[in-house]
Amino acid sequence: MIFLASLRKELLEQWRTYRLLAVGVILVVFGLLSPLIAKYTPEIIKLIPNGEALSHLIPTPKAMDAVTQYIKNIGQFGVILALLLTMGAVAQEKEKGTAAMMLVKPLPRVTFLVAKFTALALMFAVTIAIAGAACYYYTWLLFGALDAPHWLALNGLMLVYVLVYVALTLFCSVVTKSQAAAGGLALGLLFILGLTGSIPGLGEYLPGQLLAWGGGLMAGQGEAFWPALWVSVGIIVVALMGARFIFERQEL
Amino acid sequence: MAAIRVEGLQKLYGPVRALDGLDLTVEPGTVFGFLGPNGAGKTTTIRILVGLAHASEGRAWVTGTEITTDGHEVARRIGYLPEEPAFYPWMTPREFLDHVGRVFELSTHERAARVNELLDLVGLADVGKRRIGGFSRGMRQRLGLAQALINRPEVLFLDEAVSALDPAGRKEVLELIERLRGQCTVFMSTHILADVERVCGTIGIIARGRLVTQAPREALLAKYAIPAFEVETESGFEAPLNGWAEVLRQKSWVQSVSIDGLTGRIIVHEIETAKRELLPSAVQAGLVLTRYEMLRPSLEEVFLRLVGEGRKT
Repeated sequence: MIFLASLRKELLEQWRTYRLLAVGVILVVFGLLSPLIAKYTPEIIKLIPNGEALSHLIPTPKAMDAVTQYIKNIGQFGVILALLLTMGAVAQEKEKGTAAMMLVKPLPRVTFLVAKFTALALMFAVTIAIAGAACYYYTWLLFGALDAPHWLALNGLMLVYVLVYVALTLFCSVVTKSQAAAGGLALGLLFILGLTGSIPGLGEYLPGQLLAWGGGLMAGQGEAFWPALWVSVGIIVVALMGARFIFERQEL
Repeated sequence: MAAIRVEGLQKLYGPVRALDGLDLTVEPGTVFGFLGPNGAGKTTTIRILVGLAHASEGRAWVTGTEITTDGHEVARRIGYLPEEPAFYPWMTPREFLDHVGRVFELSTHERAARVNELLDLVGLADVGKRRIGGFSRGMRQRLGLAQALINRPEVLFLDEAVSALDPAGRKEVLELIERLRGQCTVFMSTHILADVERVCGTIGIIARGRLVTQAPREALLAKYAIPAFEVETESGFEAPLNGWAEVLRQKSWVQSVSIDGLTGRIIVHEIETAKRELLPSAVQAGLVLTRYEMLRPSLEEVFLRLVGEGRKT
């Protein structure tokens, strides 16, 4: 009951402050643009001076080019949006005093945190689903149908990938006193994950591999990277538990 | 059972001792004025009692429940209004109160009724659908009081709740607090003595993290009463007034007499003797009095005296 009250407030806030709309528009636009860019890049290149010669070097676009473009766009912008929308989630409420106003009431701190994470997860799930549907539809129009079950799996993996950054940024938002500090810290963690992901042999166990796994599924490669999924889920759980541990002991 | 009991409460912020062994008991149903100069530890005490800060040492109970062992249960029974209440600016007051009611797990029917009742009580019924973001400070304070009352709290904590309001806003909020007398225990911290004198039945004075004194308001004023009288004569009676002062200075029950224009101030050793003999003596001296008054100390005098003593120790 209290969790639902808290979740209701978070969802209402996303709606009233146009955050849901902004995330939806950004991700859906990239969902729509991905197949368009893939399809018309050779045509666009033809329009530039000496582009005709260059366009012969570019292979004929295929559905997989749209998928690659989609993974790249949603992966990048999903992470940026995760950082921007989560960094103030707790820090801003602590800064402004609304956390103190609400947490002297019988609202457990863990419920406060989990409601925030759930609301963000729902927002990204819904917007990625819409962006995925938009991309699927345009790809079907321009190139032909994609493998629907694998497309669902790819979008599910992308959601987990974005949620890793939501959880890490939420942790940063709890440990810092301002949203700017939370954003800075989260950005630092993002770079560390990016750097460790580029270490040979280590990258396949990290969240970045989820996108490669999804891309592989769409390309018809059967190789699964389950350890990357478990590590990603593990990072989410540990970040949330760490946030709870620290938040329970914090003075507001 | 005391509404609030505090034993040996200490709070350290690094080398700073914000609370230094605070002991306090507040009886149920009273409006308790928690007085102290800035930095005395008033806000720290309230923050610990409502669960926003942790005590370094000591124990505290609110409505009989120890705050460190069952903070969640305590949260159900209290209301809290900080000096500057914060709200979600995108909500309307009605939505905010409804949200708070949901957190207290009030039923839909109860919540709707309580929200309407509280908006009426604090005079925000007409703006119930306007966004809080555009509210004035007074309106925010009144909404703060409404949200603190939604669960019909047994103990209401008000931390400098009226200090920042203009006189009209302060009057309104103080009237609301007065109406709560007997319905719940009000623990009100402030540094505005006139507010305390107006609404608080019991007063606790804190200085440098320690309780200097605690007593019912009248008992406190009586305890620190200066045994003094003041008389004022009509114009033209300056000479008889000075002559009378000389006579009084010879009396064993008089400590001192001072004259300032047409006003004489007499401080005595024996108040009962003074009550009996002072007025006949003035008449005998041929004075025509326009005022005769036994002086009552103001809370401000008591406060300054006690806080001054607290600072010396």
